[in-house]
Amino acid sequence: MSRPAAHPDAMNRGSMNQGAMNRDALRRGLIDRAVLRAEWTKFRTVRGWVAGTVAAVLLIVALAMLLAGGSHTSCSNGPVEVACPALPIGPGGQAVTDRFYFAHRELTGDGTLTVRVASMSGIITYPPPDHDEIVPGLVPWAKAGIIVKQSLRVGAPYAAVMLTGKQGVHMQDDFVHDTPGPAGARWLRLARSGDAITGYASADGIRWTAIDTVRLQGLPRTVRIGMFVTSPSDLSVSRNSLGGSITQARFTQASATFDHVTPGGPWSRDEVGGHEGMTDWERYHRANGVSESGGTVTVTGTGDIAPRMDAVKPEVSLTGVAPGLIVLVVVAVTFVTAEYRRGLIRTTLLATPGRGRVLAAKAVVAGAVAFAAGLVAAAVALALGTKMLTAGGNQVLPVSALTEVRVVVGAAALLAACAVTALALGALSRRGMVAVTAAIAVIIVPWTLATASILPDEAARWLLCLTPAAGFAALQAIPAYPQVVAHYAPADGYYPLPPWAGLAVSFGYAALALAFALVRLRRADA
Amino acid sequence: MTGELRAGLRAELTKLRTTPAPAWLLAAIVALTVGAGAAATAVGGSPGTDTPRLALTGVQLGQAAAVMFGISVISGEYATGLIRTTFTAMPRRASVLAAKAGLVAGLGLAAGALAVLGSLLAATLAPPGGGAPALSLADGATLRAAIGSALYLTLMAVFGLGVGAAVQDAATAAGVALGVPYLLTIVMTVVNDQDLGRLLYRISPMSAGLTVQMTTDLSASPIGPWAGLGVLAAWAAAALAGGGLLVLVRDA
Repeated sequence: MSRPAAHPDAMNRGSMNQGAMNRDALRRGLIDRAVLRAEWTKFRTVRGWVAGTVAAVLLIVALAMLLAGGSHTSCSNGPVEVACPALPIGPGGQAVTDRFYFAHRELTGDGTLTVRVASMSGIITYPPPDHDEIVPGLVPWAKAGIIVKQSLRVGAPYAAVMLTGKQGVHMQDDFVHDTPGPAGARWLRLARSGDAITGYASADGIRWTAIDTVRLQGLPRTVRIGMFVTSPSDLSVSRNSLGGSITQARFTQASATFDHVTPGGPWSRDEVGGHEGMTDWERYHRANGVSESGGTVTVTGTGDIAPRMDAVKPEVSLTGVAPGLIVLVVVAVTFVTAEYRRGLIRTTLLATPGRGRVLAAKAVVAGAVAFAAGLVAAAVALALGTKMLTAGGNQVLPVSALTEVRVVVGAAALLAACAVTALALGALSRRGMVAVTAAIAVIIVPWTLATASILPDEAARWLLCLTPAAGFAALQAIPAYPQVVAHYAPADGYYPLPPWAGLAVSFGYAALALAFALVRLRRADA
Repeated sequence: MTGELRAGLRAELTKLRTTPAPAWLLAAIVALTVGAGAAATAVGGSPGTDTPRLALTGVQLGQAAAVMFGISVISGEYATGLIRTTFTAMPRRASVLAAKAGLVAGLGLAAGALAVLGSLLAATLAPPGGGAPALSLADGATLRAAIGSALYLTLMAVFGLGVGAAVQDAATAAGVALGVPYLLTIVMTVVNDQDLGRLLYRISPMSAGLTVQMTTDLSASPIGPWAGLGVLAAWAAAALAGGGLLVLVRDA
């Protein structure tokens, strides 16, 4: 494009005016209500942009309905297909596994129990590499210790201090809380005072270290106290070429001998959680139970006391966020580039002193529209999807209302950050195609590479820390628990950054792109 | 007819040669593919790693440039109105599109071959750690992955041309041409139903097309390597046919 050569005086005047305007713009701030209204009017009166935004919302909701509606699960009870049982729920509202062998008695009011774990052993059935024999050994989170539990009901509140297979002494309560204890300890003690339970550990039974004090809300006066043993399945994970992973779980069992039990027996015995789902071999080969001789008690058990993760994650219903994001990217980019294509940008910049304000107003409009669209779409998709999944017999991991709100707002924030990034890329390149492709290349490509089992786990984690795709962490509803062995990889929906940090990365990129766009807009001719 | 096609090819080549964007986009195909592949390889593998596939991971990023190249060849003319001059000079619109398709395929293949060679060279010079098996072009499967990846980039560029012809607006075309393959891949990874997942894998241009890069676990793949590339070819042909039809019946 050729421009008439300006008279030097005119150029000087022009730059002086420009300077005055910039100072003026600074005084009045980057956000100007009139400019904002002008940009909003442009947005809402162009049919394509409104249609694109509506299409993004519909896409997100439609994909949730499609995926949830097409998903049916039933459990087999022998040869009969039956509805899957409801997931046991812990005091925190999470789905839990609560299965262990328990030598217990009543504890009324305050009191303590002290034991020494004299020995701990176990078996693991058919582990890799050959999967051909039963070997002696303990999985890392096999647990043997003492526990105070409200009742024998599955999911009842508890606090426990335990020796683990390979992780030393830990204190845990209410399925999700875990505190490591001192190294080398074998003596364990629990002390109840009201609804406060304190766990202690010691290497010699003389010098004790308090691990933690937890409060079990509403603990009745009479509770169960005693020794327990449990042992979770041995896991190995292989990749699925279609995405995600295939987890193999193998039966394990642990035994522990407790001595110096003070105060001593007698003990009632129960298998909390029952032995539902166990094969006959697993039940009788070396039966779970309790044996007492002299002052020592040997408990054998299998199962786990932990949060449960092997059910449908609620954020499956938000799969449409990524495709919806692509549509919003196109809308946000063309919101800028269409002005360049039509030459309208010159009129816009003429009408608005301070170019930064135009860009700021456009960013606010694009970001706000994406946020509002995301909020509506994610809220409907999550609610509808969860309802349809449950109706299809799927076990959906429950999350608190607060988590649901966090995920929905997070999805909306992710869409807003990406829309602003796309808009800034549009202002930078001024070409719709380049900006759309660039936005997809920095947001959707890394996310797909990381979550669709294409890259190795480690590379996938790096991508989700360093690229604008980090914000997808906001969609993760179920946290990773260090005390539960699972495949915590992006391919299985576990992000390396916490939700707020991931969103911060995405917004950081949006701010950076916007800053570059601002510099370009101020320096270059329109 | 052949004379007209030759003239059309020469005209299109002149347009591509004398504007800076196509050269940049072709360079971007090579740079993005090699760069992303080298980055993925640098993170390392494990003894079970499919090394050729890891080395060619960059195709995932390079395909964005390939699609852009295909779109730009037609949408640039729609944006500037040059398309009317083109159609005035060459009233047979099908010939114009055929010439464009031929050029996109030829140049895309050249860039794709360079990109693949560069990626393999990078992975040979800096092999992935972690006990990943070494790369050897003498291996039949590796050679197939290499040739297939170059063809994949070519077909993606042709797919972009077809979508660009159909949609006209470059930004929307980029959204459609990249969005549809990603949509299918994303849905595929989350569907609960194994059969539906395998079906989506087989019909998705990206998943099926990239099967050609796999050298291990091929038995677990829902589709064979060349058949997978055939799926992408079908998508490209369909896009081109659909776009061509719209170009014929629509006012320029």
